[in-house]
Amino acid sequence: MAISTRNVTREFRSGGQTVSVLHGIDLDINSGDLTYLVGESGSGKTTLISIMCGILWPTSGDVRLFGTDIYALSDSQLAEFRLRNIGFIFQQYNLLSSLDAASNAAVPLVAQGVSRPEARERALSMLEKLNIADQATKLPNQLSGGQQQRVAIARALVHEPSLVVCDEPTAALDAKSGRRVMDLLREVAVADNRACIIVTHDNRVFDLADRIVVLEDGRITHDGSYLPETH
Amino acid sequence: MIWIALRMLTGDRQKFYGLVFGVAFSTLLITQQLTIFLNLLERGASGVYNVPSADIWVMDQASRTADVVYPLPSTAIERVRSVPGIGWAVPHLRANASVRTADGNLEAVAVVGVDDATLIGVPPRMAQGTSAALRQPDSVIIDDVGTIRMFQNDRSPIGKRLELNDQRAVIRGVTDSFPNFTNQVTLYTRYTQALSYVPGTRNRLSFVLVGAADGVPPAALAERITAQTGLRARTRDQFAEDAIDYIIENTGIPLNFGITVGLGFVIGVAIVGLTFSLFIRDNIRQFGALKAIGVSNSKLRWMVSAQAALVGLIGYSFGLIGTVLFVWSFSTSPTFKSFYIPWQIPLISLAAVASILGLTGRLALRRVIKTEPAAVFR
Repeated sequence: MAISTRNVTREFRSGGQTVSVLHGIDLDINSGDLTYLVGESGSGKTTLISIMCGILWPTSGDVRLFGTDIYALSDSQLAEFRLRNIGFIFQQYNLLSSLDAASNAAVPLVAQGVSRPEARERALSMLEKLNIADQATKLPNQLSGGQQQRVAIARALVHEPSLVVCDEPTAALDAKSGRRVMDLLREVAVADNRACIIVTHDNRVFDLADRIVVLEDGRITHDGSYLPETH
Repeated sequence: MIWIALRMLTGDRQKFYGLVFGVAFSTLLITQQLTIFLNLLERGASGVYNVPSADIWVMDQASRTADVVYPLPSTAIERVRSVPGIGWAVPHLRANASVRTADGNLEAVAVVGVDDATLIGVPPRMAQGTSAALRQPDSVIIDDVGTIRMFQNDRSPIGKRLELNDQRAVIRGVTDSFPNFTNQVTLYTRYTQALSYVPGTRNRLSFVLVGAADGVPPAALAERITAQTGLRARTRDQFAEDAIDYIIENTGIPLNFGITVGLGFVIGVAIVGLTFSLFIRDNIRQFGALKAIGVSNSKLRWMVSAQAALVGLIGYSFGLIGTVLFVWSFSTSPTFKSFYIPWQIPLISLAAVASILGLTGRLALRRVIKTEPAAVFR
């Protein structure tokens, strides 16, 4: 089991009131699956994915990643856990603007303490896998949106994490580029020993998912290999 | 991660240059103003520095510095010579006078009368001529700053005639000496000659300069002279300090320079703080992404510290080089003659720069540390 959440809740304080965003989420995610987390804006999917990858504390409940109770770890242990086990792909890419594509892709390795030449070499081979090695020396602002997202994917995978988390990876891309990025993700991110969760509401790419989990008002309303028409 | 931090910083050239400029400007302002301040203070003691052979300066109890003097009766010299432990004791006169040059200009000068026999009191280094020339009738030696001031285009004043108190004075040499606090022209002459150059009062002797006998500590001898004669006796170092203290206590110079140095610090904090905070604000999503990826707060602290250190190192170096260039480029000007940068000043400005960067870096870091990694998903 890659991820296991039990009775996870999350509340926020807003304007002096407590708003409940997640209501007792129980969810298991297996390695080897490409899981989509879908739902309307405000349904709680970003909150849930943030909790599942250890960057947002739940109000209550239990979250285990590969058997580790991640919220029992100290801040620095949790950061180290994320660094070793999780790859992130953000909606806005969040590449470092002054680093070229290869250096951006190498960031997790450098953060782990891998030497810069070795990190760059491994990043280059990942960029090659993603068919973007010819752009390795370009800065993010010299790349198209699709190319930047591919660099972000390389950064998420370069350290061979056991979990890949993607937040709306196609939101900033046109339909064609979005499809290409999702095909690529399916091809390189999904592996037997790795779980991949994608938050999206782009229904054009739903056919690529192994599993689709639907959230509505902080509750799971559907969990299956396809999305029924009622959604 | 340090490398990544430095690339993040240098990649944003505008802010990087802004930060470097802020630190350099602060360093320049602090270092240069402190340098001028300390050198000016030291000039207050130039009269003492110019007579390095005198171990002790003996004076009236009311006298404060080499330039703030209440004259002694001429018998004082015999009283001082009677104190055990004295190697030698010679008269020394310091007074102000007006001099008329050959072309009719009037200039206020300081007249220094040195011992007729030994010529103790003339600065040891000469730019032109020798101090022995003072033995000729009506001879004076002028200081090099005075030469530039009185004879701008004519670099050699040797042989030039001056008129002091209706008396003839012929310039026979030029000293290479520390200028005085006000850059006033200084004329050295024999003591007996000086008595005729300065307007008469009953007592004319300003100081008795004393050399301690071999093996006698000057500080102890100074105490003995005071105890035995009732006169004020100060060692060379004490008297130099007295002169500096006098300027600190009686002029607005420390306050004015202090304000400028303070402004340098404030400007540094303002420019560096503002630019640093803009830099962090512009990169806050990147920092958030790094936190989400798993870069710990302690690593982020190192990153921001490295950024501050790089900016500090480059800015401080530029500021220091600027000060050195300033001192060097004005070294030929009489106003800045003998100016140097004491080693303590770069350390003080380094501490100031470290404080500026520590303060601003801490504020910037707070924002980075407070950023929730989950913010990158919003």
